Amino acid sequence: MTGQTAPAARLSLLRAAFVIARRDFLAILLSKAFFFFLLGPIILIAVSGGAGAIGAKAAKNAHPAQLAVAMPTEQAHAFAAAHDRIDPLVSLPAITLVDPVQASDPAALLQRSGENYGAVLTGSLTQPVLTGTEDQIRKWQGEVALLAATASGADQQSFPRVVTESTTTSGAAKKSARAGTATAALTLLFLLTMLLAGMVLSNLVEEKANKIIEVLAASIPMDAVFLGKLFAMLAVSFVGIAVWGGIGLAIMGATGGLTASLPVPAVGWPLFVVLFLLYFAMAYLIIGSVFLAIGAMAPTVRDVQTLSMPATMLQLGVFFLATYASTDLGSPVELAAVIFPPSSPYAMISRAAQVPDLWPHLVALAWQAMWVVLFVRAGSAMFRRRVMKSGPQQSGKRRLFGKVAR
Amino acid sequence: MDAAPSVTPVSENAMRPLAIEARGLVKRFDGTTAVDGVDISVPEGAIYGILGPNGAGKTTTLRMLLGIIDPDEGVRKVFGHSRPHDIGRLIGYLPEERGLYPAMKAVDAIGFLGALRGMPLAEATARGRELLEENGLGHAADKQIRQLSKGMAQTVQLLGTLVHRPRLVVLDEPFSGLDALNQGKLERMIRALAEDGTTVIFSTHVIAHAERLCEGVAIIAGGKVPYAGSVDAARDRIPAQVRLETRAREGAWRAALPADARHEGDYWYFSLPDSGIEPLLRALIEGEAGILSLSIERAGLHDAFVHIAGEAAARALEEGNAAEQDQ
Repeated sequence: MTGQTAPAARLSLLRAAFVIARRDFLAILLSKAFFFFLLGPIILIAVSGGAGAIGAKAAKNAHPAQLAVAMPTEQAHAFAAAHDRIDPLVSLPAITLVDPVQASDPAALLQRSGENYGAVLTGSLTQPVLTGTEDQIRKWQGEVALLAATASGADQQSFPRVVTESTTTSGAAKKSARAGTATAALTLLFLLTMLLAGMVLSNLVEEKANKIIEVLAASIPMDAVFLGKLFAMLAVSFVGIAVWGGIGLAIMGATGGLTASLPVPAVGWPLFVVLFLLYFAMAYLIIGSVFLAIGAMAPTVRDVQTLSMPATMLQLGVFFLATYASTDLGSPVELAAVIFPPSSPYAMISRAAQVPDLWPHLVALAWQAMWVVLFVRAGSAMFRRRVMKSGPQQSGKRRLFGKVAR
Repeated sequence: MDAAPSVTPVSENAMRPLAIEARGLVKRFDGTTAVDGVDISVPEGAIYGILGPNGAGKTTTLRMLLGIIDPDEGVRKVFGHSRPHDIGRLIGYLPEERGLYPAMKAVDAIGFLGALRGMPLAEATARGRELLEENGLGHAADKQIRQLSKGMAQTVQLLGTLVHRPRLVVLDEPFSGLDALNQGKLERMIRALAEDGTTVIFSTHVIAHAERLCEGVAIIAGGKVPYAGSVDAARDRIPAQVRLETRAREGAWRAALPADARHEGDYWYFSLPDSGIEPLLRALIEGEAGILSLSIERAGLHDAFVHIAGEAAARALEEGNAAEQDQ
């Protein structure tokens, strides 16, 4: 049976990892369970999207934006009278008469808490000035011209030209919008990582249940097994992201939904998307390697569930840290979030949304990659030390805490 | 039980290079010493058995030899390499706890195991198909592992262990769970491997397999190896047993019987004297004892095991066998 002799050599670490990754990737991709895995978030998005739309509509109906009218008193009353006349015929925005002195800075008036102004009308009936977001201006510009013309008693064929002032072009507004992008990206990154990292754990548990892990450990270094598993799951995750992202983009494209209101991140969209994927990979690999180490330590599925709880809590803590840090760039807390490996990807994607500098990303990615390697090595060493025992099996609790008890 | 561990060279292979050489291997788990100073030398091309009851340290020893775990003390070399993974393509390993991916086809499982050992996947898969055909499992090549019987799945894994044509094959309790027919097939397969020059090392708690197949054994009990060497030398540790049947019950010839002679039924039993059987034969003839039958039986490996490892280890060995047969 063994007439010829195999050449004396071994697989390189990367090639060995590739053998593992190829098997795992194809096995998962071709399984029925993966189809349902893909469906899960789509159903979730659809349900939450529907609920969100209903909620948004309800909120809009409950608290409709108002037009603040800050014209000289007589003209303001004329405007209000015109509004009362026309409103039963045409659906018009609700109006509130405001003292012109209070509206000396319309942008500030719009930002005032406790009010629900969608736009501020200043100037005069013949030269109205409408200040608000681009969306709101686009929506109300015609109505304002109609009301102003009616109020001034002008010929219905000649409407006054409404001067518009968009509030989104200011530096403060841009900064605020980018912070929103940062939070959105950070949250998406967290949700994706949370959703997908657990797969690594279940994969390793399955491997232990199949008892094939010893064959793998005998054939190639455990580092390669761990790396292979991590990258297989990463590839599976990218497939998931591509599918979900594709569906999301298609929905957005069809509805014209969010594209108009998504603020451009500081590094620009193309680079931001690339960085998002890189940081997702890093966040996933870091937490995945932690989960692998847990899977390595736990002798039973029940122990895996118990042990994964602290890791899940760690993920949540990391998310809160990064979210808090994103509002205070350059602070010690933000720096700590950037340095602490599990929170580093989240903190850095937040930076990418708000700061245009690129070199910190190169440094951060190298830093995070180093920690991935360290975590993988520690996990595989732990696996070799703790799992590959033979003889009578101790209970999981005794195994885990026996040393402490002694 | 011998006081000190001993390593007796496998005499016929003493000049052959060593496939495996281990000195003073020690492994502790959570403060418990699982393997305590194991020495093993396995010449290339030998069939070598690691014999001991369950929990004696056989699997841990094999795992250390293969580099799955590292010893806490001692050194191990496989074909002269202290890191077995460096020569992974030369080694095939069948663990005690068999395991394959249930959803994988048999032929793909063999291909995957070959790829793990460095073969191109396509080549390993093609070779896997050949091996399945050669072993009468061609019809199962495209069936999922979960669709195969336990015996067939075990054979598939064994073929996966051999697909890359290793020079050293390590089998952990390979006969466990196999019926008599498949045990016979496996024995023939092991002999064929050795005839091709492959070194085969396997662990077992069934003495008969080691006695039939091995030229060298390591007896392991309680994590220690009280004996490692040739099977012949192990058997020679105990003097041959003589069974004598005489017509006469009494006579002067009885004085010539060794001191340990005991009479049971129609027979006398005693160890073969160091001086040989001839002086006793002479006394029996001259004393007209009337020899009805005389047989000299060399000690079996089981007796050697009891002698070397002790009664307790032998009892544990037998209990393990009985438990397996009950399953």
